[in-house]
Amino acid sequence: MTWMDTVRAPGRGGPLTDALRALWSPQSWRATLHVLLGAPLGVGAGAVIAGLVLVWAAAVWSLAEGPTGARWLAVLYVVVAVSGPVALPWCVQAFGAVQRARFRSVLGIELAAPSPVAGGGPLRLVRPWRAPTTWRQLGYHLLALVVGLVGGGLVAICWSAVVLAPWYADGLWSGAQRPGVGLGVTVLTLALLPAAPWVARGLARIDEAAARALLGPSRGEELALRVESLARSRAEIVAATDAERRRIERDLHDGTQRRLVALAMHLGMARAGLTDAPEPVRQVIAQAHDEATEALRELRQLVRGLHPAVLDDRGLDAALSGIACTAPLPVALRVDMATRCSPSVEAVAYFVVSEALTNVAKHANASHAEVTVERTGDRLRVVVADDGRGGATLDPTAAPPADGGGTGLRGLAQRAAAVDGTLTVDSPPGGPTAITVELPCGS
Amino acid sequence: MRVVIAEDSVLLQAGLTKLLSDGGFELVAAVGDAEALLRAVAEHRPDVAVVDVRMPPTHTDEGIRAALVIGRQYPEIAVLVLSQYVEERYATDLLSERTSAVGYLLKDRVAHVADFLDALRRVAAGGTALDPEVVAQLLVRRRIDPLDRLTPRELQVLKLMAEGRSNNGITEALRVSPSAVEKFVSNIFAKLDLSPTDTDHRRVLAVLRFLRT
Repeated sequence: MTWMDTVRAPGRGGPLTDALRALWSPQSWRATLHVLLGAPLGVGAGAVIAGLVLVWAAAVWSLAEGPTGARWLAVLYVVVAVSGPVALPWCVQAFGAVQRARFRSVLGIELAAPSPVAGGGPLRLVRPWRAPTTWRQLGYHLLALVVGLVGGGLVAICWSAVVLAPWYADGLWSGAQRPGVGLGVTVLTLALLPAAPWVARGLARIDEAAARALLGPSRGEELALRVESLARSRAEIVAATDAERRRIERDLHDGTQRRLVALAMHLGMARAGLTDAPEPVRQVIAQAHDEATEALRELRQLVRGLHPAVLDDRGLDAALSGIACTAPLPVALRVDMATRCSPSVEAVAYFVVSEALTNVAKHANASHAEVTVERTGDRLRVVVADDGRGGATLDPTAAPPADGGGTGLRGLAQRAAAVDGTLTVDSPPGGPTAITVELPCGS
Repeated sequence: MRVVIAEDSVLLQAGLTKLLSDGGFELVAAVGDAEALLRAVAEHRPDVAVVDVRMPPTHTDEGIRAALVIGRQYPEIAVLVLSQYVEERYATDLLSERTSAVGYLLKDRVAHVADFLDALRRVAAGGTALDPEVVAQLLVRRRIDPLDRLTPRELQVLKLMAEGRSNNGITEALRVSPSAVEKFVSNIFAKLDLSPTDTDHRRVLAVLRFLRT
């Protein structure tokens, strides 16, 4: 809620109480202070900028005419002529910052500063001339000069009506020549007082609209900034997801998996060593041993699908054979990538293959699958194809298959989209199915 | 037979220690990282080193790199690498340095005590022990055509050969007659255009070279 929304909140009383309440509402006083401060600030900025332009023009004019008089004067002209174009945009920006500070401290309106002019080198001092933000801010300063003078004057007159009215009336009535005119002026000046808050607020709104249009970043810049911040936060989320998977993998590797290995090993030793134990005991130990090794195998397969260490260490190519060989159906793997992609893209590609093969095993009823990974230029193309029954879809409105297939594909599409990739599904009923993911390789 | 163990988990180190001493091995040192392993190997000159892959400080492939160093500096010392996951890339690295007295197995395999001790003895005696999963990983990368020429039984024999099993080992695993195994093996070599070799480890090498290309 901005300060204006609170102003427009409907009062409970009639128009008269509203008008009276407006006289001592904080919003009115803030608007008044804002407009009154705007006058000296607008005039000051206008004067400094106009002064700079005049001094610079005079210096250039003198140089063009051929300087006369003392030698140091000629040096001064050159200094002014050169430094003027640098000082002017700087002044425009500095006054812009002061104006934004006025909005922030008096009205509580946060105006984003325009993004700094990009680029370095010796040209960076004059580059602001080419930036639209400089010109828009200059426009605001010119407007602020007018609005500041006119608005400041209006508001001052309105508020001082309470003092002016008796004074005027006294002058007109004491002469007793024109009591009618005196009464009219008194009524008029008294009427100005209740108008004062609304005049101040109206002017503050005009000023605010002008500042929003001219002092901050342009709409295009705002969108660009927003896109940049969204892209950054999305990349951070993707990286955080990867980090989380890595952490889980490491925790399981260092914790549960080791315990299970130790458990299976001890049960194995018991099974091998306790040959003279009664048959029921040996049976129980054998069963426990089998269960432990099976649990170990299942856990290994699950964890291998998360984020294996070899993916960071040796890359996507090396990591894929581990999931291709544990799939419960024959998988042919063909990888053709001479150079590695960025870690987050490799992680997404790995995840896609891992999940797609799990899907194939669960839902496709296939006898063969083929995983193809190719890097062409800056694109990584991953295709997981199977000869199963087809009918896989990304469409959320389609009736989901009875076994819950399909939801996994949407998750994969989201993962791909998170790194600016695409996922397409070609899966006619009856098969075959091909899931194609294209990813930009990243830096 | 004298053994050095490198394993950073205290729990597994203790388990392996017991397993190996029960199996008739003499444990000369048990260490927790690759540097300590290299020191222990230099000091004790064991017959075989049992090495975990992920160890401090980076927890990636320390064990593989240490095994490569041992292979270069002490070719007479056998190395069995253990890991919770096996990677064909690591296997390729290991085998590029030496093709005898080397093994690479999933840690799961220690649960099958007799098989594991067999594999360790085979490696210590100069043989090879590759995890079936490594062989499976190498197989998914093959263009399918040459393997299509093999019958399912021949494919089974090929996998067992790649794991480093001798004809006797294959005979036991498949419960077929020795003469049948010999026939399978010669068929495989003929179908894959490999020249038959006399010793087991050169046979493993031929099969692996075929699988990796």
